[in-house]
Amino acid sequence: MADIQSPLPGTFYHQATPEEPPYKAKGDAVAEGDVIGLIEVMKTFIEVKAEAAGTFDAYVADNASAVTAGAVLATLVD
Amino acid sequence: MTLEIVKPGLATSVQDLGRPGYFHLGIPEGGAMDRYALRAANLLVGNDEGAACLEAVFMGPEIRIGADCVLAVTGAEMPIKLDGETVPTWTSFAAKAGQVLSFGFLTEGARIYIAVSGGIATEPDLGSRSTYPIGMLGGIDGRPVQPGDVIPVGEDGAAKPCLSVPEDLRRRPGTPAELRVLPGLYWDRLTEASQTAFFDDTWTVASEADRMGYRFKGGRPMEFVEREQPFGAGSDPSNIVDGCYSYGSVQVPGGTEPIVLHRDAVSGGGYFTLGAVISADMDLIGQLQPNTPVHFRRTDMDQALAARAHRRAMLDKLRNALAG
Repeated sequence: MADIQSPLPGTFYHQATPEEPPYKAKGDAVAEGDVIGLIEVMKTFIEVKAEAAGTFDAYVADNASAVTAGAVLATLVD
Repeated sequence: MTLEIVKPGLATSVQDLGRPGYFHLGIPEGGAMDRYALRAANLLVGNDEGAACLEAVFMGPEIRIGADCVLAVTGAEMPIKLDGETVPTWTSFAAKAGQVLSFGFLTEGARIYIAVSGGIATEPDLGSRSTYPIGMLGGIDGRPVQPGDVIPVGEDGAAKPCLSVPEDLRRRPGTPAELRVLPGLYWDRLTEASQTAFFDDTWTVASEADRMGYRFKGGRPMEFVEREQPFGAGSDPSNIVDGCYSYGSVQVPGGTEPIVLHRDAVSGGGYFTLGAVISADMDLIGQLQPNTPVHFRRTDMDQALAARAHRRAMLDKLRNALAG
């Protein structure tokens, strides 16, 4: 199990746009550097990238929820 | 001596105390969002207190140190690492050529100030090194730092490691944060009920909060006193015939979400401003994270001046505490 943490405070989104599916779903392969979500802060959207490879397990933070820096956003299984 | 940017963080920029004197031309004063923290960082490393530092917001940069020097990081709480080893905040420390400064997750506040002995020595524009991206002034080519930037640093003075700012002189916003507001020229545009609601409601910092202004949401929409639309003013009740905006003034476009104008704000426009956050509380805004609850507290000119004097006394205490 590996946690993906938020690099900064803001609002977390699972999707690139409301019309698109979430970046990742349970069982998806995740490579290092894959985008798993967006953080909105200071009128900009910052991509959250996986820092290690693994298999996507689940989003921990809800879509469109407020998160703090270091908050767990999603988990990977090895 | 140089600092090399390995990773820039988020909108990390060179800032000093700003470029006063051009606001009437629409060029904002700019400079550090938390001026007290910038002064403290400089005093810790033996610089003039207005020397240029790096201001990083929410996320720290990664920096390779070009030569032996003394560093200090103040402002927000964010674990500081020198070659992976943790070093204390609000305290000066020695770094050797080739070492890498990096940061952990932000735990409190919003902005850190990284001071280096000798001070950042980029070319000043209009008397200041402060970065103002919209005007392409200051910093490095008038923009936030990028990976690969090599930032020049001035001659080292008499910097000493292990100087530390006493705990009671490290100023932070509480939760909820309290911001004191002096009602202004257009206060009477609001109905009495809305005047009361503004101070009673709990607002939270919106994600639209940056060096230009901090937006707040969550309070009740405001109601305006009926009027005949003045010649030259827009039709919305929150519009005025264009007027001046001061540093700290609170505009409320459409009467919904107050915006406190900060260091890089415009100098005038067509929205009414209900008043201004007092100067003594402006640094605190620079340390607010999104979603932080905030209360606005009504104050008057006497209290605002007393608060300013109190801030000045605190700064004198800081200078005495760090005088070598």
